[in-house]
Amino acid sequence: MSAHGTAYVPKSGLAKWFESRLPLVGLVHSSFVSFPVPRNLNYFWTFGAILIMMLGVQIATGIWLAMHYDPSANAAFNSVEHIMRDVNYGWLLRYMHANGASMFFVAVYIHIFRGLYYGSYKAPREVLYILGVIIYLLMMATAFLGYTLPWGQMSYWGATVITNILAAIPIVGDTIQSLLWGGYSVGSPTLNRFFSLHYLLPFMIVGVVVLHVWALHVTGQNNPTGIPIKSGKDVVAFTPYATIKDVFAAAVFMIFFAYWIFYQPNYLGHADNYVPANPGVTPKHIVPEWYFLPFYAILRAVPDKLGGVILMFGAVLILAFAPWLDTSRVRSSNYRPIYRQFFWLFVIVCIILGWLGAKPPEGGYVIASQICTAYYFAHFLLVMPLVGLFETPNRLPGSILESVTGPGKQVDSGSGMPVGAAAAPPSKG
Amino acid sequence: MKTTRVLAASLMALGLSLTAAKAADGHSPNPPRENWSFAGVFGKFDKAQLQRGFQVYREVCANCHSMTLVRFRNLAEPGGPGFTAAQVKALAAEYKVSELNDNGEQVERPARPADAWPSPFPNEKAAAAANGGKAPPDFSVLAKARTYERGFPLFVVDAMPFVGYSEQGVDYIHALLNGYEDPPAGTEVPAGANYNKYYDGHLIAMAKPLSDGQVTYAKGENGEPVVPETVDQYSRDVSAFMAWAAEPHLEARKALGFRVILFLIVLSGLLYYVKKKVWADVGGEVHGLQPELHKAG
Ligand code: HEC
Ligand code: HEM
Repeated sequence: MSAHGTAYVPKSGLAKWFESRLPLVGLVHSSFVSFPVPRNLNYFWTFGAILIMMLGVQIATGIWLAMHYDPSANAAFNSVEHIMRDVNYGWLLRYMHANGASMFFVAVYIHIFRGLYYGSYKAPREVLYILGVIIYLLMMATAFLGYTLPWGQMSYWGATVITNILAAIPIVGDTIQSLLWGGYSVGSPTLNRFFSLHYLLPFMIVGVVVLHVWALHVTGQNNPTGIPIKSGKDVVAFTPYATIKDVFAAAVFMIFFAYWIFYQPNYLGHADNYVPANPGVTPKHIVPEWYFLPFYAILRAVPDKLGGVILMFGAVLILAFAPWLDTSRVRSSNYRPIYRQFFWLFVIVCIILGWLGAKPPEGGYVIASQICTAYYFAHFLLVMPLVGLFETPNRLPGSILESVTGPGKQVDSGSGMPVGAAAAPPSKG
Repeated sequence: MKTTRVLAASLMALGLSLTAAKAADGHSPNPPRENWSFAGVFGKFDKAQLQRGFQVYREVCANCHSMTLVRFRNLAEPGGPGFTAAQVKALAAEYKVSELNDNGEQVERPARPADAWPSPFPNEKAAAAANGGKAPPDFSVLAKARTYERGFPLFVVDAMPFVGYSEQGVDYIHALLNGYEDPPAGTEVPAGANYNKYYDGHLIAMAKPLSDGQVTYAKGENGEPVVPETVDQYSRDVSAFMAWAAEPHLEARKALGFRVILFLIVLSGLLYYVKKKVWADVGGEVHGLQPELHKAG
């Protein structure tokens, strides 16, 4: 790995012995201690650390829940209630895990929109960004699988609706469906499979997160100006500067998280999921968790099942093409007066889609969903390429340092990097 | 800190979209919102009310509704109706449960505190058969399994601290028990069905279960009733009891939450000052989302 900042120097004999065989400590040191971080990052850049914390929370609480959970159709519902009632602090574990999934998505959505606003997906960070889209896809799969586990009415009918959707995929659809079902409909074998996969996917997420951080290590972080690091004065060392900021932001996020756990633990869920799964009774409205609602609206915007499926998956996959669809030379929307307005319009359209996803698919709601779906895709296919070509960006600051201190001014203290460090920060792009 | 404000605003916006999940339509009127002792940040159950509610359940509802996830011992646990261990033991002994003996024969024995509340019917089919084809739902989590939609913008307010609202299910049950009335002219009520203002679709298989004076509450020290023996009071008490049955650790949850959040606020405050101190030697305020500032440069 390239040597950013002050390299790690093993001191004890044992440390030297180990480092010359596996430079693990050096790798961690260069990624999280001496790694040069743009000094102008705002709090939107703390959500990466918050996401890692939430992944940890989900895995820790999930493993604990799995010790008491019984993945069979007859016992699943009651085993979750057993956790809630009889396991010491089981209610806390379960409410942390259920609300943790929601908080994970709150954080990931802020993280994604941060990247879209500041052009973090543009060269040289395409691979870093696409790995992020893969993590997002895996998160969606994990959360969907997890939501079936308590085996309430929404679990059962949500699983039924989604597996039926997958059957619409040409050629392989039916095979996928019967593989997931393990029978002729959603039932106990399905629940067993879903539990197994729900346990597996988070660890795959961990793997992709490692790649994501590795790619970040190579390209360095983007920053609110979107201009590359030019000298050691543009950066500070990851530790202590970014570390303390991330820890502070994570603590504030924990307050937000704790509020849901302790005071509104069921607000983000559905009352129907406290009714045990019943194949004979279809709930009046089958609605997914809030974080899927925009995609659910897109799915139902077209009357054709296959068309809906294509659009829904397309809506996620199109994110991966943003690096090539955006033609602007300038990364950050701070300097893109026209694109900036389209960006906020896009955010509003996504929120409206979320609202529409919760409405029954009838009348005006369908028409509104169609308009918003069209705009969603137009943002990527028209706005991104065209605005980039025609817009005149504002003048960029000469350097990150200048954006912080104002032009021409010098800071006496200089860089937050240790002396002699960060001589060659990454400056690709 | 402008960034913080932008952050707060985006969290709010997200909150807006995430609660949209609640939207749905319904023809029944919204249940009136009642005052519950266990609502809010400092909410606690009223033990006397839970005891009365338990009495209503036991004497009336338990003839039809099971409550399989509640055990006798739960009635003596902290945060509940506050019966003593001896009271619960005596209560359990009044009920019979069946078990296999060493010879493999099904025998009856008096219930113990560790036993689950005995169900009135052997299985769901029997329960439905005895009730005109509709099985009375189990009470264990029923108060969490019912809700009603408040629509925009109230659902946003409902999520917020201090003005929040999470007792929709309890209010619905209270309203349902008071919602029996004569059907409007022209509404046909088939045999076995009953008209209820708050039930979805109005035709419910459960006949009006409560009437004034039906349950005799223990008298106060002066020999006077402590609370009125009316349908409204019974339904309040039994709804509160059902809220406890559905969420037996509610008090512990809210009390722990207060301490956790207080701790996190203090921790965040300290971390903020550490952060400020660490960054002080770097100089320069950190800005985000402030194009004007950069344009001026
Ligand atoms: C004679 C039997 C019987 C008694 C006694 C009885 N219920 Fe019911 N209850 C039913 C039946 C049957 C249903 C199912 C109704 C339906 O689905 O139409 C029901 C349903 C309910 C529901 C669910 C309504 C819904 O939204 O689905 C609640 C709440 C309820 N009962 C509360 C009570 C309470 C509280 C009591 C005691 C005060 C009580 N019941 C006593 C038979 C009974
Ligand atoms: C990416 C991280 C994860 C996400 C987003 C996630 C999401 C979810 C969701 C949404 C639920 C349903 C919650 C409910 O309504 O009750 C759930 C349940 C569950 N999850 Fe996870 N989960 C994650 C990781 C894990 C891990 C690593 C395990 C370990 C085995 C696990 C085990 C369980 C179990 C046993 C349940 C059922 C208990 C319950 O419903 O509360 N989860 N998960």
